[in-house]
Amino acid sequence: MIAIVDYRAGNLTSVARALDYLEQPHLISNDPAVLDKATHVIFPGVGAAGDAMHHLRETSLDAWLKEWVRGGKPLLGICLGMQVIFESSEEDNAVCLGIAPGQVRRFSNDLRQGDQLLKIPHMGWNHVTFQRHHPVFRNLPEDAEFYFVHSYYPAPADNRWIIGLTDYGNSFCSAIAHKNLVAVQFHPEKSGKPGLQILSNFCCWSGGNA
Amino acid sequence: MLSKRIIPCLDVRDGRLTKGIKFKNNIDIGDPVDAARQYYEQGADEIVFYDITASAEGRDIMIDVVRRVAKTIFIPFSVGGGIRSVDDMRQAILAGAEKISINSEAVQNFPLISEGAKAFGSQCIVLGMDVKKVEKTAKTPSGYEVVIHGGRRYTGMDALWWAKEAQNLGAGEICLNSIDADGTQDGYELSLTRMISEAVRIPVIASGGAGKPEHLLEILTNGKADAALIASMVHYRHYTIPEIKNYLMAHGVKTRLQW
Repeated sequence: MIAIVDYRAGNLTSVARALDYLEQPHLISNDPAVLDKATHVIFPGVGAAGDAMHHLRETSLDAWLKEWVRGGKPLLGICLGMQVIFESSEEDNAVCLGIAPGQVRRFSNDLRQGDQLLKIPHMGWNHVTFQRHHPVFRNLPEDAEFYFVHSYYPAPADNRWIIGLTDYGNSFCSAIAHKNLVAVQFHPEKSGKPGLQILSNFCCWSGGNA
Repeated sequence: MLSKRIIPCLDVRDGRLTKGIKFKNNIDIGDPVDAARQYYEQGADEIVFYDITASAEGRDIMIDVVRRVAKTIFIPFSVGGGIRSVDDMRQAILAGAEKISINSEAVQNFPLISEGAKAFGSQCIVLGMDVKKVEKTAKTPSGYEVVIHGGRRYTGMDALWWAKEAQNLGAGEICLNSIDADGTQDGYELSLTRMISEAVRIPVIASGGAGKPEHLLEILTNGKADAALIASMVHYRHYTIPEIKNYLMAHGVKTRLQW
């Protein structure tokens, strides 16, 4: 059973619908006792880091998530769910979970591509260049693009965590992988067939071979 | 590098498309869910639904359409038309819409933008703007005025001012529709789009006037638009989305070709 962590960070139904489509049994819960029974956990989220951390602490899900990752079973962070895995975020100056080393930074206001000032948020479809093979990112078309919408991006302190890079003015880390944890800045549930492929890969990943 | 988005727009009334859409073998499709699936499979980057139903029963039908679309396509789509409150927004978002588009509802009630952004995040709130070219006056220094009710009513609001104000209120994106160009298939309103896109930091979707791939090329380069809305040119099968994207790629505009 796949569990989707509910911590009042935006709309979780789109991830649930993608799992429905993939015929993967799942539940949505904020109860550690229920989440504990899962084989895989998806940690999604849209919104602000400060609010998200507040709700995670209120429900003790912060401690539970750290414990889950230590336990070795697979975890997939999506968007804000990726960002709060890091130590801190410039958004709301939030202290985050500290599962991954590094910070989350805001895109610079004078971000440019050539002479063109870039829009913030980074919204739309962009490539991810995968740095190595990984079971969750297999069977993707070489030119695959994914749907992004965010104004902050993760900056891992340890380059070994970085598995995907995306170019928006500068190159930023759009996917990380470490042991049983993977996380992506884009939305696989809104990224057409390549996104569904990633979700499907995750659902049959044991958490190893990374 | 970010791809420019190509976005088909579907008008819905009482749960059916207002004009049939022709697909392969010229089969006429009136079901918005089928049409959305076809465009998803053709490589649309996003889909816009505009509900022109007036009645309350119509609203429920539209929510059902949204629910069925969300089970079928896995790209972002927005819903607009008659969304007057945060509760209306919530209904559409829970049914599966990624974004909510508000137009005259925001003109008549500015706080709707900030309330929506606060409740769901700016990325959910698209400001739809219908704009007409007018004399440059003290009231409309940009030479463009915001209109509502399909262009029948002038608001006295300057288009450039409104775009910036909406950004400040928390809109995450602007869908800019030129009433003068709408339906002509003669090309987008270039100077308007460029002016607004250069004045705001949020993405701008150009709307109104698309008839040929050349029009998209022009608006996505010289017009500085981040995305282009299309309707008749694909609904009547004059072009397919892959044809448009291949044309743009051949002319140096990056689009998403793999889906």
